[in-house]
Amino acid sequence: MGRVAAYLTQIQAVADTEIRKLRHDPGELYTRALQPLIWLLLFGEVMAQVKGLNSSGGSYLEFLAPGILAQSVLFAAIFYGIAAIWERDLGVLHRYMVSPAPRSTLVLGKAISSGVRGLTQAIVVYALAFLLGIKLSFSPVDIFGVAALICIGSALFSTFSLIIACIVKTRERFMGIGQVLTMPIFFASNAIYPIDIMPRWLHVISSLNPLTYEVDGLRNLMLADGTSKYGLWLDFGVLFAVTAVLVAIAARMYPRLTQ
Amino acid sequence: MASKSPVIETDSLTKVYGTFRAADRISLTIQAGEIFGLIGPNGAGKSTLIKMLTTLLPPTSGSARVAGFDLVADAAHVRAHIGYVPQLLSADGALTAYENLLMSARLYAIPRVIREERIATALKRLDLSASADKLVQSYSGGMVRRLEIAQSMIHEPDVLFMDEPTVGLDPVARRNVWMHIRELRDRLGTTILLTTHLMDEAGELCDRLGVLNAGRLQSVGTPGDLEAVVGPDATLDDVFAVMTGADLNPERASDNVQHSCDSDHSPA
Repeated sequence: MGRVAAYLTQIQAVADTEIRKLRHDPGELYTRALQPLIWLLLFGEVMAQVKGLNSSGGSYLEFLAPGILAQSVLFAAIFYGIAAIWERDLGVLHRYMVSPAPRSTLVLGKAISSGVRGLTQAIVVYALAFLLGIKLSFSPVDIFGVAALICIGSALFSTFSLIIACIVKTRERFMGIGQVLTMPIFFASNAIYPIDIMPRWLHVISSLNPLTYEVDGLRNLMLADGTSKYGLWLDFGVLFAVTAVLVAIAARMYPRLTQ
Repeated sequence: MASKSPVIETDSLTKVYGTFRAADRISLTIQAGEIFGLIGPNGAGKSTLIKMLTTLLPPTSGSARVAGFDLVADAAHVRAHIGYVPQLLSADGALTAYENLLMSARLYAIPRVIREERIATALKRLDLSASADKLVQSYSGGMVRRLEIAQSMIHEPDVLFMDEPTVGLDPVARRNVWMHIRELRDRLGTTILLTTHLMDEAGELCDRLGVLNAGRLQSVGTPGDLEAVVGPDATLDDVFAVMTGADLNPERASDNVQHSCDSDHSPA
């Protein structure tokens, strides 16, 4: 097998394994559907009464839906680090690590499977948003763009989570730090309120947060009359660049888990 | 592979954690086609040695060649020529046996044209063909172990590392795994390095044994050689006790080795 073909096959080995597991036991997908439902229905309906939360002119639910999609993708992806520690404890990770597959194929395989998980979340959020009367864009180009954003966002945050796992190494510590990290990523972003109403310091943090760019791109592509604050090029550019850096770091750090 | 040539050669291989020497200047040569067993108490360095030889853990100092490649400089080549069965039952329970093997075949980049045939052969060789499409979580411990051996042999490695291959198995499943390990060696000439706490496994399955204690390789030889060193009627249990100073008082452990070797009575 040529080098490139081998590399792609090794990525496939990891990604396909995860996807097959989801197919054997899809229960996780259903339970994950509950969270966006709760946010849109409870949080969304109440916060829609608050004035000043929406800068773009449409309804608050419209503003919120892409944020909740990004959130559910984030929460699903953050689970990857703990899964990696779990795989280490089971010995599954050792099997990967003694194989000649380059470490980056393991990271990319996980990132891709995380993207697939993210896409299933997107279907759920689209269905909920449609039922709530949010005007969605169904143009194929927009849908493709959303899928691409979800995949890259999932890859970014699952790889980030993997790096944290390589640092903390145990499930208990990860549980603690996982919460501490997801909350600021979510709240210090434009997911549930516009950045413009934030105090200056938080405004700066939010504009350094990759989630902000994912949500920004989603607002543009997901909604029928959506707009982007930063522009799609910047949104995609930031997400790609951060993901590339994180994959490189994770590939270097991954072997630490089995040492 | 048939001729006698070293497949594993370590030279003063050492792993130090802070001030703790988990593996201390281990020099060991294992020939092609040998079944070599590492015995020694918990924490003696067996797993550390296996982790280093499987490239999971970089050595602090010393060197080693595995399957003809330098362990550190050429780790990727070493990985392509070894198989590893971890201590825990690590086959993925949420997948079928076929899927577990497919994953391994892809990880080792086995070309698509021979992949299915390899998987079928591996299943057949380890007597798993009938259960190939069942989820592994429904397997017995012995079946999982056999599947793991099949997985780690999918690329037909020169060396197979096994960390306590029969721990937790019932006596019948244990003998069945032994049979498969011997068969691999006889049919494919695979060199096997395993660790064990079971002296019957060490005696019946292994051609040669290495006794590790406190990170150091105390002694190497056939089970018979080692027994003869300890005494005329010594069993491997005695070998283990004497050579590892299995004494409740660790201060006296090293003394015991001296005394017992000289005067042929078991340690207090």
